[in-house]
Order: sequence, then structure tokens, then C-alpha cells
Amino acid sequence: MTDTGTHTPSARLHARGSLSDSLLHILEGHPDAVEPLTTWHDAVDDALARATDLITDEDIQFTLFVLYTLHTGGLTDPDGIWEWNGDLLAGRARLEAAFERQLRATVPVPDLPRGERAAVAATLFELTQPSPGPSLARFLAKKATLDQAREFLIQRSVYTLREADPHSWAIPRLHGRSKVALVEIQSDEYGAGRADRQHAAIFARTVEGAGLDATYGAYLDDIPAVTFASLNLMSMFGLNRRLRGAIAGHLAAFEMTSSIPNRSYADGFRRLGFGDDVTEYFDEHVEADAVHEQIAAHDLAGALAEDEPALLADILFGASACLMVDELMADHIRESWEAGRSSLRTR
Amino acid sequence: MSGDDRSGAAVRISPYPDGPLIVRGDVVITGPDGEDIVPTRRTVALCRCGISAIKPFCDGTHKLMNFRTEAPAED
Repeated sequence: MTDTGTHTPSARLHARGSLSDSLLHILEGHPDAVEPLTTWHDAVDDALARATDLITDEDIQFTLFVLYTLHTGGLTDPDGIWEWNGDLLAGRARLEAAFERQLRATVPVPDLPRGERAAVAATLFELTQPSPGPSLARFLAKKATLDQAREFLIQRSVYTLREADPHSWAIPRLHGRSKVALVEIQSDEYGAGRADRQHAAIFARTVEGAGLDATYGAYLDDIPAVTFASLNLMSMFGLNRRLRGAIAGHLAAFEMTSSIPNRSYADGFRRLGFGDDVTEYFDEHVEADAVHEQIAAHDLAGALAEDEPALLADILFGASACLMVDELMADHIRESWEAGRSSLRTR
Repeated sequence: MSGDDRSGAAVRISPYPDGPLIVRGDVVITGPDGEDIVPTRRTVALCRCGISAIKPFCDGTHKLMNFRTEAPAED
């Protein structure tokens, strides 16, 4: 079994601009051996002054991604000496504030339902209703080439080789029945006591079965900003207690838009001739997420809205932000393919 | 999953509105051919709309056919 947690990356990290260059340079040193990180704060200033759209900003999204991996490991800072560095955390908070500000200004949020479990769940199901029209899932099922299917796995790898981790940050930040619901979902994500059933481990087998490298970070330089934005959104919601409503809503929307596309993904990989070793991950998610979406909508998000009424608006914001950013990512991939291009980052 | 379970019951079955039956606890399901279907997860969702492609389990397809388990709410 591939253990996705312990591999060391095969490639060095490469900066995408002056901000990530500053961060990577700092991470090569030791916190005690450096002056207050003025170059870092200046780099944050410059990056924010320069940025127009944070979601597609390669330098900012890559930097946020690297900062979040300081809390999970496996990519840089092997001894964990930078995790709680005050300068890096302060810089991250400023990047997050700008990211959140853009999201608050652009994410369409539905009218708020009554703060009751059933009403909140009903609103979430309406919001996540499967839509007709072009979709990445249908493209993958019907048209994607072998290279495009592999590219899809590469795009998914930054999150899915660490599947479920960003939402787990919310566990100690919730209390009572919403926490119980979240743990019920996460336990299933983590294999319910069986290491080989961890969804991240099943995905690693899919990646290897498709002839790719399941080492975490193996394809980092190929990952575009919008894909990092999708992951950074979850990390930001999960790691900030004030955003616990948003992370609950995010997980609900994420689970509620999963079963049906995963059937299409499985169909696509079967069409391309892959066997169960590769399609197992997608087949598993058809069944698993049909369970998770009910728990997430009613017992997590719905119950949280009843228990902490002040979080209702953020639950809907988190769900809507998930849908918007993940649609930007899916549209980027599908539109690249339809134009005959790769969706991977051009270097 | 509402409230405390102090009944001592091994299995709890919860109908979710417009969705599947969620089953918590150790169950073995007998398939139409008499074979046992042993769930691979602790909590399972059983199809209630009849169109799941992975029956007896739910695959979320009920959402595509606007499956309703209760009368429409009055606005």
C-alpha cells in the first residue's frame, strides 16, 4: 500500500514570483538565525498591491499552499520548526484576509432559509442541484483522451492525496452533534480503522494504476493557481475558528456534488480501458458520498445552524464559495481541453 | 442521528427527507439472489427511490428525478 503521508517529494519547490521566492528562501534557513522577516512582509505587501484576481494569482496561491503545508508536513520544513513562526503566520493572515475579501465580494449567496435543520438542508440541496450543460464529469466520461485523464488525476492530486485533511481542522472547532456528524464522515474518509481503505490511499492506487507518481508533490510545478485556490479555500476555512460555519458549508457542498460526477469519472476511466484498481476510487465515492451528503447537509450543516444561529450566513457562504471556486477549476480544465490545450500550468 | 441513543438498539434506521434511508449499526443485507451483502462502511445509505445503479445502496441519482418523500412545503 502506498502511504501518502510519508513520502518525501522528489522535486524541489520552485517559486512562481517574488512572494513564493521570499518564502522558499526563508524556509531554507532556521527561525533563530534570521532577523525579523522584513523581506517577507515587504513581499506580502508587494504581492497584495500587485494582485488583481487572487484566485488565479500563481504566486499568491502557491505561497498560501506552501504555508498551509507547514501544518501538515511532507513537503518542506521536515522538522516543523517554521509551523508557528509569527512572521509567517502574520503574512498568511494578510493573504487570507485579501482572499476572503475577494470571495465575500464575488460569491453569490442564496437567500437565507430559516435556521432550522431541515430548511438549511433543503436550501443546500437546492443550491447543489445537478445542472445540465457542459461539465468536466461528462467530458471525462465521454471524450477525454488518456493524457487528459492522467492530467485530471494530476490536478486532483494536491487535494486528494491528502483527502479530508482540511475539513478535519474543524473537528475541535465544532461541538455537540455537528462535531459528531463531521467525525462520522471523516472516519469513513480515513478508512474507518482500515489503512488500505483511507480515501487518500485508494486514490494513490488510482494514480499509480494510471502510470503516474503518487508521491505527494510530484507534479507541483504543473498545478495552476486555480487548483491551489480550491485547496487553499478549504485550509483557510478549516484553520480559522471564526470560519467554522464556512467549513461546514463547504464540506456539505463538496459532498453533495460528488456522487453523480464520480460515476462519470469511473465511466471515463473504464472507457479508456482501466480496471478496478484505477476506478475503485471513483466507484467508492459514488456510494460513500451518497451517505456523506445526507449527514453533511442535515446533521452537520443543518444542526450547526440550529446550535449556532449566528453561523447560518457563513454556512451558506462556505457552500457557495466551494461551488464557485470548484467550478472555476473544473471550467479551466474542460475549457483548456476543448481548446486542444493542456490544463496544466505552462512554464 | 438526533438525540441520544439509550435504547440499546444495535441498529438505527433514519429516513432522510427526499433521500435514502441511513442505516447505522452492524447489518447484513440479503440480496435478491439470497446472497449476503455485507456493507463495507459503518454507515450506509439504502436506496429509497428505486433508480440507484448500486442497489441496495443509494448513489445519489434520486436528485436527478426530483424524488420527494414528503408533500411539498407550503410557501
